[in-house]
Amino acid sequence: MKKQKSSNEFIFNHFDLLSEEIVFAILDRLNDNPLDKKSFSLACKSFYAIESWHRKTLKPLRSEHLTAILNRYPYVTHLDLSLCPRITDNSLTVISLACKKMLRSIDLSRSTFFSHVGLSNLVLNCSNLVEIDLSNATELRDLAAAAIAEAKNLEKLWLARCKSITDIGIGCIAVGCRKLKLINLKWCLGIGDLGVGLIAVKCKEIRSLDLSYLPITNKCLPPILKLQYLEDLVLEGCFGIDDESLAVLKQGCKSLKTLDMSSCQNVSHVGLSSLTSGIGCLQQLILAYGSPVTLALADSLQKLSMLQSIKLDGCLVTCSGLKAIGNWCVSLREISLSKCMGVTDKGLSSLVTKHKDLRKLDITCCREITHVSIAHITNSCTSLTSLRMESCSMVPREAFVLIGQRCHFLEELDLTDNEIDDEGLKAISRCFKLSSLKLGICLNITDEGLTHIGMCCSKLIELDLYRSAGITDSSILAIARGCTGLEMINISYCKDITDSSLISLSKCLKLNTLESRGCPLITSLGLAHIAVGCKQLSKLDIKKCYNINDAGMIPLAHFSQNLRQINLSYSSVADVGLLSLASISCIQSMTILHLNGLTASGLAAALLACGGLTKVKLQSSFKLLLPQSLFQHLEARGCVFQWRDKVFQVCSIFTCHEIHQVFCYYFFIQA
Amino acid sequence: MDPKERVCADTWKNSSFSGNELPKKVPPDHQSFTNFNLQQHQQKWEDPSVLDYGIRIESQFPDFKQSFETPSSITCNANNQTKIVDQPDGQMNDSRDASRIQDWDPRAMLNNLSFLEQKIHQLQELVHLIVGRRGQVVGQSDELAAQQQQLVTADLTSIIIQLISTAGSLLPSVKHNLSSANPSISQFGHLGGATFPSGTNINGSVLPQTISGSKISDQSNQVDLTGNCRTEQNCPLEEHELKDEEDVDEGENLPPGSYEILQLEKEEILAPHTHFCTICGKGFKRDANLRMHMRGHGDEYKTAAALAKPNKESSSEPMLIKRYSCPYAGCKRNKDHKKFQPLKTILCVKNHYKRTHCDKSYTCSRCNTKKFSVIADLKTHEKHCGRDKWLCSCGTTFSRKDKLFGHIALFQGHTPAIALDEMKGSATGPSDRGENNEATNKVGYIGFNFGTNAPSGSGVQNAVDVKGSIDDPTGYFSPLNFDTCNVSGFHEFPRPPFEDSEICSKVHGLLLALAFVRTSKA
Repeated sequence: MKKQKSSNEFIFNHFDLLSEEIVFAILDRLNDNPLDKKSFSLACKSFYAIESWHRKTLKPLRSEHLTAILNRYPYVTHLDLSLCPRITDNSLTVISLACKKMLRSIDLSRSTFFSHVGLSNLVLNCSNLVEIDLSNATELRDLAAAAIAEAKNLEKLWLARCKSITDIGIGCIAVGCRKLKLINLKWCLGIGDLGVGLIAVKCKEIRSLDLSYLPITNKCLPPILKLQYLEDLVLEGCFGIDDESLAVLKQGCKSLKTLDMSSCQNVSHVGLSSLTSGIGCLQQLILAYGSPVTLALADSLQKLSMLQSIKLDGCLVTCSGLKAIGNWCVSLREISLSKCMGVTDKGLSSLVTKHKDLRKLDITCCREITHVSIAHITNSCTSLTSLRMESCSMVPREAFVLIGQRCHFLEELDLTDNEIDDEGLKAISRCFKLSSLKLGICLNITDEGLTHIGMCCSKLIELDLYRSAGITDSSILAIARGCTGLEMINISYCKDITDSSLISLSKCLKLNTLESRGCPLITSLGLAHIAVGCKQLSKLDIKKCYNINDAGMIPLAHFSQNLRQINLSYSSVADVGLLSLASISCIQSMTILHLNGLTASGLAAALLACGGLTKVKLQSSFKLLLPQSLFQHLEARGCVFQWRDKVFQVCSIFTCHEIHQVFCYYFFIQA
Repeated sequence: MDPKERVCADTWKNSSFSGNELPKKVPPDHQSFTNFNLQQHQQKWEDPSVLDYGIRIESQFPDFKQSFETPSSITCNANNQTKIVDQPDGQMNDSRDASRIQDWDPRAMLNNLSFLEQKIHQLQELVHLIVGRRGQVVGQSDELAAQQQQLVTADLTSIIIQLISTAGSLLPSVKHNLSSANPSISQFGHLGGATFPSGTNINGSVLPQTISGSKISDQSNQVDLTGNCRTEQNCPLEEHELKDEEDVDEGENLPPGSYEILQLEKEEILAPHTHFCTICGKGFKRDANLRMHMRGHGDEYKTAAALAKPNKESSSEPMLIKRYSCPYAGCKRNKDHKKFQPLKTILCVKNHYKRTHCDKSYTCSRCNTKKFSVIADLKTHEKHCGRDKWLCSCGTTFSRKDKLFGHIALFQGHTPAIALDEMKGSATGPSDRGENNEATNKVGYIGFNFGTNAPSGSGVQNAVDVKGSIDDPTGYFSPLNFDTCNVSGFHEFPRPPFEDSEICSKVHGLLLALAFVRTSKA
């Protein structure tokens, strides 16, 4: 970056000879670090101008400067406003007048405070708009939908959680936006059969349709299934659809490739077979949290000759059902049995021995499987790229050696909460393609095993060592040296980790997520190193790092200009540290619980100074200490407050057994 | 005498008309209404309150008495007792409705049976009464006796009608047959007149509506009657369905030639009156009204014979089905049209002609936009006017959302229109937001001063970038640069928008302290 800059000055004339196209081609490749383009544009006036013309995508941090930025970048086609929580009608008018017909795509999914007036202006002036994301705009009503309907060229529209839009509004969109190819209506509770039916009748081009959790029944299905190009249909949680109504449907959608019928409680194998009988080229079928996977269900799906992937998460599974799936003539690429009840060695073995081409297998929380299953999986599915087997507690430590010995193409491996030990890790280190490795709550692993990983798996991007208490600095050093491309690391509650780990991790220049919750030995010094080294850091969790104080915050504020999210709870940060964070312009989310040194006025100053805050977690005691108008003002700026009333916890260190129990409970709740 | 009037007079005087005087299109031999057996229905055309059937009933009374022992035969005449029938009408409708809703509910059936039982008891009492009275009335004048008899028979009739209709409702298939095909009706007529009253009375409730729209030309009077008789059979209870009469026969598939086609002239269709007084020339819509009117012209018109309903000869000859053609050339309902679809009844003809080929002269007084050519349509509309909240961009309103969506799915370019109240509701929204907007813009500025390390000029660029920026990386190593910009930020810090001045001053103090800490550390 700097080198480039200095060289610019020497051979300035030569750069003049470069045609715009060549510079554009160079700029096309400057995508890794957003700061690169920044430095490029600061090189000289001509570079500045070229970079301005080149930029197509913009993700502004503050809506206040929209006029200036949009003037600088006249050729922006994609505007992502997900970092601007407050977008008013004025902002939309400014955008529409500045971008005019250049704008093709706009993302308003994280923004509020705009109404149909602004949308109407936007759609009127930017007639080439092809994509609009209006998800989460819960306030928008049918008038806003009518405004969108004026966007005649619209092809993709996201309206997830637009709860106030009714059939009338969606009817306007259906009539107005004839070219729609994708529409997402997830959680639009005001929309029923009539609206959805009209979409299907009027918008013949639709490829992707998400109708999750809509109060629809079978009445809207016939026109949907007649859509000629429909490839992706999501009917998750549509309780109004049942077997009886599906039985009536004779025609199937020939083009459908992905069908999601998760959580459709009233659909059993009978309805599924009648629905899928006409869908010849279905590739992916998602039936999570649905009816039990029995022989009948498996048989009813047998006709799907193009099926590649099936997800049965959270279903009750029978041995015969799995066996029947194993006997399908198709060879599946992806099977997910996450959190399924009733997965046994026998069933799983008969399944995996037939599907030898399996690439991805998810057997999270299949607690009954043992060594036998792992032996079968590793024996037959040698080309696995992803294996997720969190909390398979009956699998003994020897089994993990098999994974390393036989599945060399693994890229993703989730072994959270398992019995794996150093021998297993040593074997797994042969999977040199590994990019994501999760070893949370693996209490049998130590530095010895993890050092092997660090030495061999150079492509590692994500490493999770949550509560793997046997880990110390030496293995982190090995990881940091071997896996320079590391982007995410979780060393929470590895209580022996010290600053030297952080110092070694600071060499991982791409690191963007660091979770070091509950590491009491870490100090501000280590954090300072991270701040200086890892410029890409965007997410930092230093909860319960009692030795981190303001001295750690100030370098962080200087160097980590990409920081978005920070958790400071229980650390020793005080007013000054918090206030200094305000100089990070893109900070959005802060969790500030139980900071002993924090005063009300310090908090107020910090909150006011951080202009881009969207989410703040605070102790409820501050609610009374600070004036109500302050919170009102911050909320009007787009910030959401979450109040916590937890009692201060004094450095609680669980025993291993307790941790395990808590974890099990956690999964129980999730499932 | 005008030929028309003559026809009219003949018609009601002779109580059966001769085919010669009818329009030529109607062959005489088809004028037998016998198996139709429904001349009695003419009473339907009377307003129930304006009845004067006394004479006629008297005249028929002997018959009635004779056939008294056999209830099935009574029913043929029973209909004449409109005054009394009127009340059971409602009851029967109720029961009919009920049976409609809960088809073959055994409980309803039990109710009906007990009702029957009760009625039979009543009937027995009445018969006893008559038997007793016969003994008493010997000394009384005939007329008085007749009147009393009449009252008793009226009671009798009503009870019998109730009995029959209730009994009929026990058979679910019966009522379907009644309201569906004509052949079955005539069949019923043969099987036992018993079922007739139930069918007709049920439909009775609709009749006043039907009548209001009818302006029957006298020539077609009798034809009309028969037609209407049939209409009554077909008339469903709901009046909006009555309006769809034209459509009712859509599904009918009579082979061409199996029915005879009648075509009335435009003037006949649109004539307001169909019955005219031969003495003063006054016109009436119904012949019963005319008969009432005639009483004023002299005592000779007060006799039972004069006031009697024009009676038609009954014959066993099967009647040829009649269908009607619209006189408007080119209309699909015109017999010369390629895909001719005949109209079922005279009433259908009238409504069709007015709806399709006449001006819509009746305007809704509420919305002042909707226009109708048939008064009944206007009345129906007025019942729903203002309640149609589903609006299309073309201005059409619908009382049901699915109808609106069906309309939109059918027509290109039509969109649902958004209700006015929502427009009003959200109109206030933006202005509020505008105010908020100003407030925040101010504060956004505050935030900006804090958030950037660089002088305000380049701050804009800062915000521009996706991940924020370090404008001048070397700047961070120069403490002076860093501090000055921050401090300048503090000076520009405007007064926060909240009142708590104490907090404000504290914030200011803190900011200054921070600046101090930074300089000292550097």
